[in-house]
Amino acid sequence: MKFEHYGIGIAKGMALTFKHLFRKPITTQYPEERLTVSRRTRGNELVWDKERCTGCATCAKSCPEGCIEIITSRGEENNYIVDKFEVDMGRCIFCGLCVEACPFEALFMGYAYERARYRRQELVMDKEALLLSGERQPSGYARPKIEAGLPRQTLLLDRDKVKK
Amino acid sequence: MAIFNYYPQTLSPDWPGGYWLHWGVFVVIILVFVMAMIMGFIWFERRGLGRFQVRLGPNRAGPFGLLQPVADAIKVLIKEDIIPAKGDKLVHWLAPVVAFVPALMIFAVVPFHDGALLADLNIGILYVVAVSSVGVVGIFMAGWGSNNKYSLIGAMRAVAQMVSYEIPLALSIIGVVLIAGSLSMNSIVEAQSIPFILLQPLGFIIYFLAACAEINRTPFDLLEAESEIVAGFHIEYSGMKFAMFYLVEYCEVLAISAIITTLFLGGWRGPLLPPFLWFLIKVFGVFFLIFWVRSTIPRLRIDQVMAFAWKCLLPLALINLVITGIEVIALPPALLWTVMFLNLAIVVLLALLWSKFFRLGGGRVEV
Repeated sequence: MKFEHYGIGIAKGMALTFKHLFRKPITTQYPEERLTVSRRTRGNELVWDKERCTGCATCAKSCPEGCIEIITSRGEENNYIVDKFEVDMGRCIFCGLCVEACPFEALFMGYAYERARYRRQELVMDKEALLLSGERQPSGYARPKIEAGLPRQTLLLDRDKVKK
Repeated sequence: MAIFNYYPQTLSPDWPGGYWLHWGVFVVIILVFVMAMIMGFIWFERRGLGRFQVRLGPNRAGPFGLLQPVADAIKVLIKEDIIPAKGDKLVHWLAPVVAFVPALMIFAVVPFHDGALLADLNIGILYVVAVSSVGVVGIFMAGWGSNNKYSLIGAMRAVAQMVSYEIPLALSIIGVVLIAGSLSMNSIVEAQSIPFILLQPLGFIIYFLAACAEINRTPFDLLEAESEIVAGFHIEYSGMKFAMFYLVEYCEVLAISAIITTLFLGGWRGPLLPPFLWFLIKVFGVFFLIFWVRSTIPRLRIDQVMAFAWKCLLPLALINLVITGIEVIALPPALLWTVMFLNLAIVVLLALLWSKFFRLGGGRVEV
């Protein structure tokens, strides 16, 4: 005798929802906690390594939006000095072609995502804003050497509790 | 134990003093109680449903989101009040009031303590049945006055549902009344040496389901089925009037929880704790059950709802009435526990039988 039609189904359902009462909430309380971004993300910003950059402007040429502006001058040791390196993030489509194109691995994607601004002008990143630093670490996107050292999976696993 | 002797075990019928003082005090108590409890219920349901869905629910306004209902109330008060251009303005304006007043009137006969109620009517439960069905007039007025096809469909469904479910609702109450031997709510509570849910399990189930249908809680919330008719009867309401309908919804849930508590769970009776606290605990327990069902069971189709009322609940209510009548007349009161187990066996038997007879969904038999 099957007991599927004798109210057992409802009882099973009620028991299941009751069990859910005691599970940990899966929601992230955003300003206090935030999910860890994947370490391989094709993120929302660019990170620039000043030391490795030769000023070849391959990134600017590869950009489909033409939003990278790079002006160089001649240095003493027959090299380029980067005078101006500006990326208009308001026009950037985050395709990552500039990162892939860079022959000297001097340009990376970054992790930041809270990059909303009130004015378009504030979205233009200049040399100082693009610099690699402690907080602005490069992501593993299109950089196999960095990727090799990353944990296998970081997305949706960890939550940072950041006090603001 | 000595501490609790502070609470008097019985109160005189005109407890705070004179006749008018009694009315005044109890009107204020009921208004404050209903408003505070509605706020509490809204918070409790939103937090509880959140936990059922593995999320937190409102937690920003105040500690644990306790001020969320207050914030919502303020928000809704300062919103624009829109009346449809081609709607029936007077009916549209009156509908929330007509819906709210009966829901509030139910509390006149709900005993919070022995004798602590606004009016100890000797026809208390009959009054509840009579008054609670007036609320649907307000809902139909809302549906009609909005001049909107969705709201009219929602209102029609509400009326059909109300008319159908009133019958098993009233019949399941009669079982309790037969055992208690009185229609007065206070006497019914006094008669419950053991909660009537043990003596009337079938009556409890029928009353619970019919009441859920009557106040349009989720398995039967056809009149505001979001996926079919947008928001049902209150689609054209905004601002304060919408807030009134929101209040009506929770006021009715509160009323039904209070009545189930009074009829089946022993009302204010309980050991150790003061009676009012027992009443509150039981009300919250019933409400928890109601939104537990809400979080579990999906909405039925309108024909399924009607069929469930007429083919399932009505015959069961009649059988329950006959069995209770026979038990009250034939069996001596000493056999209380025997009756309890007998009734439980009858519930199991009837549930099995009706699951065999009664199938929802017409052509579809096996899943």
